[in-house]
Amino acid sequence: MRRPTDDSLFTRGLLIAITVGYIGLFLFLPLLTVFSSALAKGLQVALDALRDPDALSAVRLTLIVAAIAVPFNLAFGICAAWVVSKYDFRGKSLLISLIDLPFSVSPVVSGLIYVLMFGLQGWIGPWLRDHDIRIIFALPGIVLATIFVTFPFVARELIPLMTDQGRDEEEAAVSLGASGFQTFLRVTLPNIKWALLYGVLLCNARAMGEFGAVSVVSGHIRGLTNTMPLHVEVLYNDYQYVGAFAVASLLALLAIVTLVLKSLLEWRFADEIAATHRH
Amino acid sequence: MKKIHALVAAAVLFAAGSAQAADVTLLNVSYDPTRELYKNVNAAFAAEWKAKTGDNVTINQSHGGSGAQARAVIDGLDADVVTLALAYDIDAIAQKAQLLPAGWQKRLPDNSTPYTSTIVFLVRKGNPWKIKDWPDLVKPGIHVITPNPKTSGGARWAYLAAWAYAEKKAGGSKDAAKEFVRQIYAHVPVLDAGARGATTNFAQRGIGDVLLSWENEAHLALKEEPGKFDIVYPSNSILAEPPVAVVDKNVDRHGTRKAAEAYLQFLYSKKGQEIEAQNFYRPRDAAILAAHARDFPNIPLYTIDDVFGGWTKAQATHFADGGVFDQIYKPSK
Amino acid sequence: MSSVAIPSRFARLRNPSALPGFGLTLGFTLFYLSAIVLLPLTALLLKPWTMGWDGFVAAITEPRVLASLKLSFGGAAIAALVNAVFGLIVAWALTRYRFPGKRLFDALVDLPFALPTAVAGIALSALYAPNGWLGGPLSLLGVKIAFTPAGVIVALIFIGLPFVVRTLQPVIADMSEEAEEAAATLGATRWQTLRRVVLPALTPALVTGTGLAFARAVGEYGSLIFIAGNLPMKSEIAPLLIIIKLQQYDYTGAAAIGLVMLAASFVIILALNLFQSLLAARR
Repeated sequence: MRRPTDDSLFTRGLLIAITVGYIGLFLFLPLLTVFSSALAKGLQVALDALRDPDALSAVRLTLIVAAIAVPFNLAFGICAAWVVSKYDFRGKSLLISLIDLPFSVSPVVSGLIYVLMFGLQGWIGPWLRDHDIRIIFALPGIVLATIFVTFPFVARELIPLMTDQGRDEEEAAVSLGASGFQTFLRVTLPNIKWALLYGVLLCNARAMGEFGAVSVVSGHIRGLTNTMPLHVEVLYNDYQYVGAFAVASLLALLAIVTLVLKSLLEWRFADEIAATHRH
Repeated sequence: MKKIHALVAAAVLFAAGSAQAADVTLLNVSYDPTRELYKNVNAAFAAEWKAKTGDNVTINQSHGGSGAQARAVIDGLDADVVTLALAYDIDAIAQKAQLLPAGWQKRLPDNSTPYTSTIVFLVRKGNPWKIKDWPDLVKPGIHVITPNPKTSGGARWAYLAAWAYAEKKAGGSKDAAKEFVRQIYAHVPVLDAGARGATTNFAQRGIGDVLLSWENEAHLALKEEPGKFDIVYPSNSILAEPPVAVVDKNVDRHGTRKAAEAYLQFLYSKKGQEIEAQNFYRPRDAAILAAHARDFPNIPLYTIDDVFGGWTKAQATHFADGGVFDQIYKPSK
Repeated sequence: MSSVAIPSRFARLRNPSALPGFGLTLGFTLFYLSAIVLLPLTALLLKPWTMGWDGFVAAITEPRVLASLKLSFGGAAIAALVNAVFGLIVAWALTRYRFPGKRLFDALVDLPFALPTAVAGIALSALYAPNGWLGGPLSLLGVKIAFTPAGVIVALIFIGLPFVVRTLQPVIADMSEEAEEAAATLGATRWQTLRRVVLPALTPALVTGTGLAFARAVGEYGSLIFIAGNLPMKSEIAPLLIIIKLQQYDYTGAAAIGLVMLAASFVIILALNLFQSLLAARR
């Protein structure tokens, strides 16, 4: 018997069809295009493109940048979420908006600001040059720009959750004699571990995939300052379309792994996640 | 005993030799279409340098739109040499960052341009639209692909080539030239930031009917996709002189001046000129040019000094903010 | 309870909470925030003023700049609205219905979050170019997507899709069906119930999600650069114009455009956050 809150069969069918069509058209097809273009000339050509020394150093650079940016933003995200959820102070809303700020900055602008600061024509550029310190057009600049654009990811996952969870458990622990740090480790951390994992996953995916900001600060030195997304552009401009899509496929695979991990986490620990959410 | 002596001597010499082999790294900041050229040049130069001095030289390459690259160097990209599309871009580095002297162009022969190029038309195989010369570009329904002159060196040469044609044809009338160039850009559906992007759009994505291309890019496209394109040489075009220069302040800081200057000298040497010709750049060496005459048809080529009074003037008049190119794009519909 | 250890009155005066570490954590948070975000952004804030207020206004109101801002903001708005409509449908179907492959489609929604923008860019431009899988048939119908403002909108729809869907899903899931059942027993048709009961309950989340999609899309660069036409006055996005201005050594002009975009997006995010906290307070 149909419940009064069920939609009619027609409605359901229509909405499902629209959903499948919309997702298929806007999400699935582009993904498919990447892989099919990579394999257009056969698997061997695609693999050769990936074995190219410039491609390998792009992969290496991407991994290094992510390995630095993600932990930094993880530490910050935990700290910021702790401050916002466990204490009361004025200006909290402003602080949260400021944390969200990099989300609303165009990637190009994200790169531009570091050029304005560290470029030769910028604030401390000449000083850096005199001391032979290289920031932009070198690894530090790329890392900085990446940290900037992935800045809010972990914090944003944790803040609503930790705010929801309140501070009762922590206060109880403190009143029982635990130090702040012990409280965090033993009480808070277990409650937030899934949100933490999500945040790290998303942060990592974005850190590895950032294009616009890194493009402005990179210098495009082949084999040295090209990350994987930049290398995709390099290959694209070199008439090596199969190569470009091959590297792009690697990135797309990374995206798929991210999605699978996220779904797996959600599926296996759905109950625990629900419990922590409704704390 | 003698054999052992000889072996020991050889070993000592060998050790001494390899102990003295220094590793030099140069950064060559170049423009978009020269990727293949410098891949070949760098390999040959490294071999020659090793043979001459025993040192290992590694040349790192950076490619992008000429203007973009100049700006990067000004902002601190540590180039040892710059090999850009037009003199104005290197002038900017000299002016704005004082990384090399203002008179840099006179330091090497031929205005510091070891090779030249020009602008030609790349069309679909069989030339279905029968494009023979400049006026055909503005036939109704024709879509022209050329990059954005604000960011691409090749696009500026193409713009100037079109202008030069129209101005000469109209007996020196700047208004006629402006009108002609305006019409051409009205036929452009997409303005890419670099020469390579434009070629990609035309060759790979099937956009447009004719590409205003660097000569070497056109030949490269024929090589990459045989049987898909034809090159059409217009009745006249512009002599594009992409200059090269050592970035003094940087090489002095790195201690790489010797290698950098030798690298640029290599571009003028017979071996270098031959590599350039093979990559479809017109070498300055007359003999090598003649040997490759098949690839380089002899059409009248105007120079920028001839028609425009030099780069500084051309840049200020046409490509600066509010210049002729900006005026063309004013919404006049 | 905290009152066991410290009288709460005094605790509030001395420490914003009974928990230790306020100074340390707040200090680190503010330091990191300032060093990474605020200080570099100050460079952006200060640069445009070197040409004075008049210079700033002149730089912003150039026709080419205005056209690019119109495209970036306008395209983002249209894409966000399309995502609002279809995102609502998708979120509803994924939460309320069961159908084969639902898990797969649900997971796919996060793809724009995880996929690098450059990859999305070349994929979309390959797909919608005149010789692409979709572009080919479409061009036979006379519809051009790649290298037109339409292409920009398509790319922005891709970018913004997850924001709407993911913001709505938890709200739909949390919605108890009692209100709907009540309306049904009172004689409302399903359509009336949807309109009067469900939609108003979803509106805050819908607004938030659409706002986020919009803010994200306004500054988008990587996925657009391969598919936009880049024709000044017609299909040139604002971030590209920033890069072009940089090329011309017009740092102040570039910073001016960046500042305008930043201000607009920040205002949106701030408004959304305030909106959400207002709602939370009311609840």
